[in-house]
Amino acid sequence: MRLEVEITGKTFRSAAGGTHEVLAPVKFALQSGEVGVLIGPSGCGKSTMLRIILGLDHEFQGRIARPPKARIGMVFQEPRLLPWRSVEQNVRLAAPGVTEAKLSELFRILELQAHRDHFPGELSLGLARRVALARAFAVEPDLLVLDEPLASLDDALAGRLRDEIATLVASRPVMTLLVTHSIDDAIRLGDRLLFLSPRPARIVQEVPIAIPRAERSETDLGRIKAELAALQLESK
Amino acid sequence: MLRLVSSVLFLAIWWIAALFVGGAKLPSPPAVLEVMIAEAASGALFLHLGVTLARVTLAFVLAMSLGSAIGYLMGRVKLADRLGDPWLILLLNLPALVVIVLAYIWAGLTEAAAIAAIAINKLPTAIVTLREGTRALDRSLDEMASVFAMPRWRAFRHVVLPQLAPYIAASARSGLSLVWKIVLVAELLGRPNGVGFEIGVAFQLFDTPRLLAYSLTFAAVVLVIETLLVQPFEARATRWRPRAA
Repeated sequence: MRLEVEITGKTFRSAAGGTHEVLAPVKFALQSGEVGVLIGPSGCGKSTMLRIILGLDHEFQGRIARPPKARIGMVFQEPRLLPWRSVEQNVRLAAPGVTEAKLSELFRILELQAHRDHFPGELSLGLARRVALARAFAVEPDLLVLDEPLASLDDALAGRLRDEIATLVASRPVMTLLVTHSIDDAIRLGDRLLFLSPRPARIVQEVPIAIPRAERSETDLGRIKAELAALQLESK
Repeated sequence: MLRLVSSVLFLAIWWIAALFVGGAKLPSPPAVLEVMIAEAASGALFLHLGVTLARVTLAFVLAMSLGSAIGYLMGRVKLADRLGDPWLILLLNLPALVVIVLAYIWAGLTEAAAIAAIAINKLPTAIVTLREGTRALDRSLDEMASVFAMPRWRAFRHVVLPQLAPYIAASARSGLSLVWKIVLVAELLGRPNGVGFEIGVAFQLFDTPRLLAYSLTFAAVVLVIETLLVQPFEARATRWRPRAA
């Protein structure tokens, strides 16, 4: 499977009547098993781009080629759970085909066993994020989209969840698109980093990481980070 | 417990007032109870209550289902909202009496006319409430349902309906009280049975014990339905909300 994104532009009409260019031409593709990372400043149009890729926004110029039957798993910036359904129901409603074994395993990995019957209003943000992750993985997606899934969590928890995401992404062939501000998340989880410019967003730099995700040591990560910092300086 | 005390207090005030006013204008509770028992024994009380309840049920179900559907449509589709709005304002401000009288003139003194007239009175408030509820729907959850490719019916049932439930409950609550009031007027004006008809008869004879016997039984039935049906539904619809400690 392959996701091809070829947006030639997107403008947005503001309430005051002016038109704003949100996206400049953006083009990239994603293979099955590959993790693409979108990194860019706040408000650069990443969320708009995701909405277009997910098929929620049709008002743009260009085209998105997504396998027609691709199942999508999405982790939104806010968890977007149904407050009136329990944790388990939230996952099952999005993924009606999920088996009990699979569900138990997901809840075990994400440490949610104790919260199956809780309502989202009774959960902390960290827990709600994990439920959103469980929901996205339970659908066994062909395309997994993670929109800043670790934002506003403390470092220790973010680190653990990042490892869990890495485990889950490695467990099956899936096209993954991760949006993040954090270079750490990007180099630990990503195969290809796409740096975006401020609004209107375009891809400034595309940096592949040659070492497979599982084999990156701390020294590798440090080196990659240093290289990225040098590149960033260069481009400015 | 508090409810009981409050009901006893009501009875006591009534009784004392009856002692002062006395006679035909305000009969004492036992006198009214006597009429109630006599009417119940003859079967007339149950017949009239039953007929009224049937009218209430039919008109209420009709108005709620139609009103909810139209309100949802007007909340979702801008064109429907624009087209429907003038009608809605007209219906909202039309006095109940006008609707009832016109219905009887146009459709005859029939059961259908009575039920339609009651339903038409309730319809606009159901539409307005449900339209507000639909406008307040969380778009981000719609998007979630769409991304996860939830089938339409499942999304409606699990994503949309729970958000509308408080609005439906509010509309049912206010609608029921409206229907209780209007049904009696409709019966008084053009039906040969029902609590409203009996009250009309009692009025013509200035028969206060009979009037009170019917209206109090009716009020008791309304109270029972409110506590046993409407309130549990509301509680169920909002059970996911974290309760105040």
